[in-house]
Amino acid sequence: MAAYADTANARHHPLIAFARRWLFTTNHKEIGTLYLWLSFTLFFIAGGMAMVMRLELFEPGIQFVQPEFYNQVLTLHGLIMVFGVVMPAFVGLANWMIPMMIGAPDMALPRMNNFSFWILPFAFTLLLSTLFMEGGAPNFGWTFYAPLSTTYGPPSTDFFILGVHMMGISSIMGAINIIVTIVNLRAPGMTYMKMPLFVWTWFITAFLLIMVMPVLAGIVTMMLTDRHFGTSFFEASGGGDPVMFQHIFWFFGHPEVYIMILPGFGIASQIIPTFSRKKLFGYTSMVWATVTIAVLSFIVWGHHMFTTGMPVAGELFFMFATMLIAVPTGVKVFNWVATMWRGSITFETPMLFAIGFVMMFTIGGFSGLMLALVPADFQYHDTFFVVAHFHYVLYPGAIFGTMAAVYYWLPKWCGHMYDERLGRIHFWTATLAVNLTFFPMHFTGLAGMPRRIPDYSLQFADFNMVSSIGAGLLGLTQILFLYIVIKTIRGGVKATDQVWEGAEGLEWTVPSPAPHHTFETPPIIDESSVP
Amino acid sequence: MSRPARHRHTLLLAGLAVGMFGFAFALVPLYDVFCEITGINGKTSTQAATLSEIKAASTPLDRSVTIELLARVARGLPWEFRPLEDKLVVRPGEMNTTTFFVRNRSQYTVTGQAVPSVSPGQAAQYLKKIECFCFERQELPPGAEMEIGLSFFIAKDLPADINQLTLSYTMFRVADAEPVQAASHYE
Amino acid sequence: MTSHAGGLKSGLAILILWGLPHVSIAAKLDMRPGVTEMSMRIQQIHHMGLWVCIVVGVIVFGVMFYTMFAHRRSRHPVPATFSHSTLVEFIWTLIPVLILVVMAFPATTALLDIENNDDSDLTILITGSQWKWNYRYLESGISYYSNIATPQEQIDNLEPKDEYYLLDADNPLVLPTNKKIRFLVTSDDVIHSWWVPDFAVKQDAIPGFINEAWAIIPTPGTYRGQCAELCGKGHGFMPIEVEVRPEGEFDQWIEDQRIAAELASGAAVAARAKTWTMEELLPIGQETFIKHCATCHERDGMGQGSKYPALNDSPIATGLIADHLDRVMNGKADTEMQSWAPQLSDLEIAAVITYERNSWDNDTGDVIQPITVYEAR
Repeated sequence: MAAYADTANARHHPLIAFARRWLFTTNHKEIGTLYLWLSFTLFFIAGGMAMVMRLELFEPGIQFVQPEFYNQVLTLHGLIMVFGVVMPAFVGLANWMIPMMIGAPDMALPRMNNFSFWILPFAFTLLLSTLFMEGGAPNFGWTFYAPLSTTYGPPSTDFFILGVHMMGISSIMGAINIIVTIVNLRAPGMTYMKMPLFVWTWFITAFLLIMVMPVLAGIVTMMLTDRHFGTSFFEASGGGDPVMFQHIFWFFGHPEVYIMILPGFGIASQIIPTFSRKKLFGYTSMVWATVTIAVLSFIVWGHHMFTTGMPVAGELFFMFATMLIAVPTGVKVFNWVATMWRGSITFETPMLFAIGFVMMFTIGGFSGLMLALVPADFQYHDTFFVVAHFHYVLYPGAIFGTMAAVYYWLPKWCGHMYDERLGRIHFWTATLAVNLTFFPMHFTGLAGMPRRIPDYSLQFADFNMVSSIGAGLLGLTQILFLYIVIKTIRGGVKATDQVWEGAEGLEWTVPSPAPHHTFETPPIIDESSVP
Repeated sequence: MSRPARHRHTLLLAGLAVGMFGFAFALVPLYDVFCEITGINGKTSTQAATLSEIKAASTPLDRSVTIELLARVARGLPWEFRPLEDKLVVRPGEMNTTTFFVRNRSQYTVTGQAVPSVSPGQAAQYLKKIECFCFERQELPPGAEMEIGLSFFIAKDLPADINQLTLSYTMFRVADAEPVQAASHYE
Repeated sequence: MTSHAGGLKSGLAILILWGLPHVSIAAKLDMRPGVTEMSMRIQQIHHMGLWVCIVVGVIVFGVMFYTMFAHRRSRHPVPATFSHSTLVEFIWTLIPVLILVVMAFPATTALLDIENNDDSDLTILITGSQWKWNYRYLESGISYYSNIATPQEQIDNLEPKDEYYLLDADNPLVLPTNKKIRFLVTSDDVIHSWWVPDFAVKQDAIPGFINEAWAIIPTPGTYRGQCAELCGKGHGFMPIEVEVRPEGEFDQWIEDQRIAAELASGAAVAARAKTWTMEELLPIGQETFIKHCATCHERDGMGQGSKYPALNDSPIATGLIADHLDRVMNGKADTEMQSWAPQLSDLEIAAVITYERNSWDNDTGDVIQPITVYEAR
């Protein structure tokens, strides 16, 4: 594609050249860039929806949006954040970094890579267009429980189903690509146990994706046939069962949330050693802890369903299994801390975000442990306590992880250093805003405020106001982040190849910015280079 | 590695994806099997008790179990539906019969299907039905009324800590009857 | 001696004065203990989980802050080189496992007690629908609907909000103290969830299935909860109000309900016996319409798109009376249009249908009598 740009044709039709380059690229770096920009764009859209919600929740009473529209906004906010922001961001990072980290020239299936990306803009245009359809957008929460979504869903639900199929296909193809790349294209000498942890976590995540995205495809297909082809999977009148919907959905849904965090764990495992100038502590157990988390993620789905009338034996099983997941997760946290311990630490922006990630993800993990205790869950379930929990693991978790990665690798991608002072301002205001927004939600939940309501009773008012103010500030920090990213791409202090003094790994052996093609000849792997 | 290896891996993984898609659908009958075996979620069998199960019942045990009977009518079904006895005290192993009353209040012939649910869910597998109006649909001409029956016994191995259970029937309208309303959700 | 005692007393006083507001702040932040033995046990389990997390958090974050301070480059220029220690890893895997095992015990025993619904004294069938609750006392046959009582004007910010904004219901569930009450929970349409935090009872209301929960409430009072599962646009507007009365008062209330039901049926007999004029029916019809129908069909009868069809100029409201009657009384399957026959009296149904057929652009001139409704039941 770069070659095309040089032709006479391209010089006379630069716009067409531009379009053809980006539409047809099979280059992992360009595709990575496409994913990241898609994710960032959808981050603003879904974030805007969060702003609408927090605006309505600023005070008791219905002021800005009617309850029906509120339900549409909350549904799309969840769907777009999960499928359009977190997942594509991690895929974008995978595309950019995995080939370089293993010394490969590109992904194993470059054309499928292109297709995986280009499905997404269509899928999200379809999803967003449902806002303008008769009956409005999907309004049943991103978890789309039956029969609210099947029997009582608006006409746009069918388009939602199509959109989910498209996103699912994209994810599955992406995951296949990642696995085939890692299995086949590692440079000679790079054994599995020499791979950087970001590659490991993505390797495991890719297996999770291939196993559960098809289950999501299955359940939305069952929704479609229930709605239009006379089946009764989830309809008691036809012998079906709405609770079965929840079982199948969460069988997908729980591994999905680990899909949304494992790459973040990998990112932290790259950044913390670099800025501690010390190798990652316990590489082997980090790998095994990730595998354990992935395996356990398949047997805990019932913890989303404790109030559905599950028999005691089921409740106990899921409680114990869920508590168990705390162990490998805790091991990872301890290993990160041990990496820092007696290192020689500096606090550039990537490190700030990585440390923030570790601490605040841990807070989310704590509320997760509390949620696992079934009797207590009867008071937490479907309240803002749950909303606090998952926003802590997703925002300071997945999103901070992504931001850390962007600050860490942006100099490699574009050849310029970002503005460190602005980066720190971003970090500290984002940390303040994230805590202002989501910490009070623990208290509103404990006080009895249910989820997914557009209006609330007076005793919840103070904390909601604080959350809304925090959310507004959080929204502003995104604009700062966008400014920093664009500013860096356009210019700045020239980055060296090494960029970070303590960084190790193959990506730091190529120039900054990384050339269009890297490792066209495989590198020699240094025997001693264990990550 | 060589090209064929890449393709082989891709096909394998794609096969795994397809297999998991099938697995999602397989979960449906698997779930039903699991529910029937364990009685989880209160789904009683929609089939009559087998002869061997009936034979195994024989002499009733000397303990009482209270059964509450509930009858509910789903939306869009213009019927009256109620149990003639709303509480039974029975002994495990003992044959029992009870009757429900249905009446079609409308001007059209309407077909209904009763769907049972038992609470606590674990008790469902111990409720053995010999004959139940829920095994088939009921078609009622306009204004017609009928008494429909349920014959059952509680299995003798009902756990000692279950002494009270609720059997609820919801009567749903069956769609292929002469429709009063349009079949679509939106006019 | 005296000065020590005096000093001690004032010290204690200061501590208490300082501490009390913090206690009440902490109480505002905490899960409520509730009024039942089970809700208090659950609060204790919550505290156990919370304290474990706080202690572990303090330790882990403490170590992190320490290392960020002590091992930063300016203070610790030469990094250590260790990168594993099997012993340390074993210890910090084992200790969490042990902590979890200890935590599991009280959680398990409480759960086993919660799930034991046997030996109840009273059973209430709770049916959720969009967007209200129906309570049926199985022993005495009393049955009624409980709707939100907060006026729309308060929600629309036209009037100041009262103390129990969004937590007020018109007909609360009335229960006796000190009896084991069994709640059977189900739904008529989508999944709802019946939750009273003061009892720590939350069970999903699932259409076609019945869930169980129980409570023994020692303290009389009014307790409020909300629906806890997204169920459409009214999800935030279907509160639960429970009035718990001492046993004697409760029995009296049951009697009162029976008498009221008889009176209502007496009133219904009288309503049927009379021939009503349009002028008499229209105000009753309008009031019924605003209370029950306007939330979906809108006060001007124009509805909201195809989901909540307009009644103005609609085929049903201007067509056959029998079809209109059937739609209102029996609802429409698989939609949010409920069967109003069990919820409204003959007079209310007759009036609201008359109102719909003669309002806005509809002018059928039809007057429907309560006896017609009665005969269609």
